[in-house]
Amino acid sequence: MKSIDIQIKSSALSLEEQLAFVSDEASGGINVFVGNVRNQTKDKPVIKLEFEAYIPMAIKEMELIATEALSKYAINKISIQHRIGTLLPGETAVIIVVGSAHRDDAFRACRYCIDTLKKTVPIWKKEFFEDGAVWVAAHP
Amino acid sequence: MEITITAFGIAKDIFRTSALPIELEDNSSVDMLKQELERRFPELAKLKSYAIAVNETYAANDVLIKPADTVVIIPPVSGG
Repeated sequence: MKSIDIQIKSSALSLEEQLAFVSDEASGGINVFVGNVRNQTKDKPVIKLEFEAYIPMAIKEMELIATEALSKYAINKISIQHRIGTLLPGETAVIIVVGSAHRDDAFRACRYCIDTLKKTVPIWKKEFFEDGAVWVAAHP
Repeated sequence: MEITITAFGIAKDIFRTSALPIELEDNSSVDMLKQELERRFPELAKLKSYAIAVNETYAANDVLIKPADTVVIIPPVSGG
């Protein structure tokens, strides 16, 4: 059975759907990371975020992360989904769900996935404030 | 050869287009492409970093670009 689920969506993510994919009788521990849009950056209120992705490469890079996580940690299944388009504070941008026989590897694999995703996956977010907008992390 | 660079994020703002045509010598490397881009768009050098993807994979500086390759500029990513 397929052990990796990778998707980029322009509609709302579903934690239930991802949990259903990852859940199986072999996994006694399931770890979830949910990344939401924060309502401020450095004390400035954030109005909205716009996410864009180089979709075919982003999918490949997310698959690479999931494959690497499966080889590095004793985990069974993994689901990584990222949303693109316009998101408001409180909305969910990314969900990672990892299932493992025991909790320790599920925690560690989940952390590995989100940390690596932030470094390698070609997805960009633009933060909109009351007085302008910036591409996040573009400049030193 | 002429190739078209696809741009995302801040690179699209710097180029003022998401599809930049660029003339390169045959067998140019990724490094030569970066030099030409930075000559035309000095703002690129002010970014924290940027990468070039060739055929949907991060390409090292010594990779040679062929006319049929898909070439994309990847400014600092900020997903998650």
